[in-house]
Amino acid sequence: MGREKIREYANAIGVHADINHDREAARAAGFRDVVAPPTFAVVYSAGSVAAGVLDPELGIDLARMLHGSQEFVWGEPVCSGDTVTTTTTVADLYERAGMEFYVFESVSLNQDGQESVRGTWTNIVRAG
Amino acid sequence: MALDVGDSIPELRVTPDKYLPHRYAGASGDFNPIHIDTEFAKAVGLPSNILHGLYGMALVARAAVAAVDGDPRSLKRLSVQFRGMGLPEQEITVTGTVKEANAGQVVLAMEAEQGGNRIIRNAEAELALGPGE
Repeated sequence: MGREKIREYANAIGVHADINHDREAARAAGFRDVVAPPTFAVVYSAGSVAAGVLDPELGIDLARMLHGSQEFVWGEPVCSGDTVTTTTTVADLYERAGMEFYVFESVSLNQDGQESVRGTWTNIVRAG
Repeated sequence: MALDVGDSIPELRVTPDKYLPHRYAGASGDFNPIHIDTEFAKAVGLPSNILHGLYGMALVARAAVAAVDGDPRSLKRLSVQFRGMGLPEQEITVTGTVKEANAGQVVLAMEAEQGGNRIIRNAEAELALGPGE
């Protein structure tokens, strides 16, 4: 996790607190380094989820796909200097009202094996 | 600030500027052209380039954290449903009400609306309260 990437993301979503930008302020507040806003989870876990979305075996029609819903459950905060590893599984596949639902679950662990975040990503493919 | 069941949290009002989707694309790595290319977006039937849904989720998370102590560690869980499309250069309002309040924890029911269009619905945020709240 890079400090500048965390700052860039925080700026993009309008988060300007010192703990998200300044190392000393973050340390004074008990963090290892500049801390990422919770939804920074998207940045470090989406790559793993995308591999599932693009898996030819699933054959998702990307042109008709919508991101229907999203859940994150947070654990240990992510700070600059951390190394986070994300693993994604297909949690559920079903059809409802003529639409296909693809549910992925991602689990992200930091360098100490602590869970940073668990994401549930629901993609919907509209009837075409 | 004490939060009891039925209380509203302070609203968060944000007007994303014209270039916000470009900055969010760079920050997040999501360069889907529907977010950053107006001509492409119109060609696929959208009114203009649209905001990233996860940008809206980030605003909901901001409002939830601000409602307690501003410490991002307070936010334990957030689920959202993406509905209507968000557009640049129009004000977004994030609202929330307390659904459950127990010792040390609150659950907020939240949504994000833009020009009467509820772009994020049925959002639920679980927050842990720090000592003294």
